[in-house]
Amino acid sequence: MPSPVPGHRGPGPSPGEVRHHRTAGRRGPTARRRAARTGQYLALLGYLVFLAFPLLWLVSTAFKPPRELASLHPGWIPDHPTLDNFRQAFDEQPLLRSAGNSLIASLAAAVITVAIATPMAYVMARHHRSALSRAATGWIVVSQAFPFVLVIIPLFLVLKEVRLIDSLSGLIMVYVVWSLPFALWMLAGYARAVPRELEEAAAVDGAGRLRVLVSVTMPLLTPGIVATALFAFITAWNEFFFALVLLKSPRKQTMPIILTHFIGTEGVADLGPLAAASLLATLPSLVLFALIQRRITSGTLAGAVKH
Amino acid sequence: MRRRTLLAASATGALLSGCAPERRRGTGGRITLRFQSLAWQQESVVANKQLVGEWNAAHPDIRVEYVQGSWDGVHDQLLTSFEGGEAPDIIHDATDDLADFAYGGYLADLTDLLPRRLKDEIPPRTWQTATFDGGVHGVPFLQEPRVLIANRTLLERARVRIPTAERPWSWAEFEDAAEELTRDGTYGVAWPLKEPVSATLNLSLSTGGKVFHRGTDGKVTVRFDAADQRVPRVIHDQLGGDRTAARTTLGMGGSDTLPGFFGGKYAMVPLGFSYRQQVVQQAPKGFAWTVLPSPAGPGGDQRQGVSPQTLSIAADSPYQREAARFIDFFLRPPHMVRLARGDWMLPTGRTALRDPALRTRRHGWATGTSLAGQLRPAPAQTVRGYPEWKDKVATPALQEYYSGAIGMGELRERLVDDGNLVLARYQR
Repeated sequence: MPSPVPGHRGPGPSPGEVRHHRTAGRRGPTARRRAARTGQYLALLGYLVFLAFPLLWLVSTAFKPPRELASLHPGWIPDHPTLDNFRQAFDEQPLLRSAGNSLIASLAAAVITVAIATPMAYVMARHHRSALSRAATGWIVVSQAFPFVLVIIPLFLVLKEVRLIDSLSGLIMVYVVWSLPFALWMLAGYARAVPRELEEAAAVDGAGRLRVLVSVTMPLLTPGIVATALFAFITAWNEFFFALVLLKSPRKQTMPIILTHFIGTEGVADLGPLAAASLLATLPSLVLFALIQRRITSGTLAGAVKH
Repeated sequence: MRRRTLLAASATGALLSGCAPERRRGTGGRITLRFQSLAWQQESVVANKQLVGEWNAAHPDIRVEYVQGSWDGVHDQLLTSFEGGEAPDIIHDATDDLADFAYGGYLADLTDLLPRRLKDEIPPRTWQTATFDGGVHGVPFLQEPRVLIANRTLLERARVRIPTAERPWSWAEFEDAAEELTRDGTYGVAWPLKEPVSATLNLSLSTGGKVFHRGTDGKVTVRFDAADQRVPRVIHDQLGGDRTAARTTLGMGGSDTLPGFFGGKYAMVPLGFSYRQQVVQQAPKGFAWTVLPSPAGPGGDQRQGVSPQTLSIAADSPYQREAARFIDFFLRPPHMVRLARGDWMLPTGRTALRDPALRTRRHGWATGTSLAGQLRPAPAQTVRGYPEWKDKVATPALQEYYSGAIGMGELRERLVDDGNLVLARYQR
């Protein structure tokens, strides 16, 4: 116990000490918060660099002449940038036609997948405790475990029976079926996040079932629908194996198939044109994502319901 | 992957029967044959398309449709097409990929379909590469030996004897030369060993190595005796013993070694003959390089295994005779030369091999053509179960051996004991 000091008003600290103590107390956590935030930003930056590296390297490679591609000390910036790789890629392969085929297949697959998955996902979300819903969820999980090679031959025979081999329609059908389980699962999660109370409030205000779905539920589901469509699009855009097996006519081949034409035996590749064509193949996905990423925002429901 | 696909195919094939292919006969009796080509280098694609165009111009009643395939995933794609009865009429592939298709009855036996001219043009030992179960299931038309692509400046500086096809290095001389060339941060050799099995097996023919031995009952067993061990031991010692080979290339493919080769890190790289195209395209200006024959075994034995590229006809094709006529046209000697030059490979035909364009010293063509007589069927390609043996047993075992993780004893044990268990399943 310290001895009393003259002028001291009791055992507690003086007002000055209290002020000092409070500021110090505030400054401590603030400094820690700043350090944590800086750490977060650094980690995020590292993650961004990690993610962006392959894309940036692809861009760099696409503009390098052959001799620079085989350099022992490759640099980021080409010493003699060239468009020859792009010219060669366009000269050798029907890139535009294959990109068009990929675009048709991917857009159609995305639209149809979302059109089928949205109502199904809503029903699953609203009745997620029913046995049927649980069984459907189980089926979705199991279906994701089937390897391509297990289904490809039966699928091929079925499509052949209905004359859909070597047609984009058949390929789109396969993409829809292949994407549907995961899309359903994804959308059901979004649908479950839409509070029932909002729908009930709209119903109390006199809105009918359809009006509730159109005016209340759908706008809130939009980010989920966009994200699911994007998933279906990118899955179809990048898909190789089904397209390889199901499409025979050169006129119908998609982008991933055309890209393999730059690759020879034992993995030997015509690296420059392959990089150029690959860069072009990544652009639609990037552009699409850039255009609609703002639609995929969380927080649209913030404050909608007071729990 | 292949085996899994094959299992899936046989399982579903048993349950589902494919339908007979539709006859693609057009109006006026004109027919269309589908030819799936795996040509991928620009000159090669051009040569293929030109020949198809020439055929179509001369044969309006038998039209050939050129379909561009790719080596990537071709086995699975063909297998599915065969199962579904939708295979191309004329199929471009390689002999090491044909065994499953041939034994599965997917490919036509060409014995009675091919003209005498073509049969006589290709040596009997080359026909062996595409002979399965007594039937010829493909026409081997392009092949590539493994050669040493070497930095000429470093060779001259080290004053080692430059080997020729007539006087190749023995394996011991090759080891000595690699030692001479290893100096100032340069390794004598870079072995790209991402896919170690085919290089090891095919080069081992020169020392009498076979690995696969067929008994009188027709069954194949794996052995790994002294003759089989010579080449792997050389590679292992260069990597881990005298350090004349760069260990960094253990996981590399052939193309990955080229930057180091151009940069003077490696003096020699054992590569397939067609890699010369990449060297020509990518080498820095003024870079001096040369093509040397692979080292020879006892008595100058330069034999090595190859898996030639082939043209086959689908068993389901309703136009096998017409397809055989097209193949005969496609592989006439001057055409074979065009195809070989396009792919930077060697033709299998005797007449084509004599063509002056393939005898030039430029870019090492002459070295390659002088090796043509020494090329033999790769030891493994007629062995059922080889793909599984390669993927599950040989590749990991050889990679561990070359990296120094296991010794020769354990390598032998795994290749033989585990290998024979795998092969036995295919030979019941």
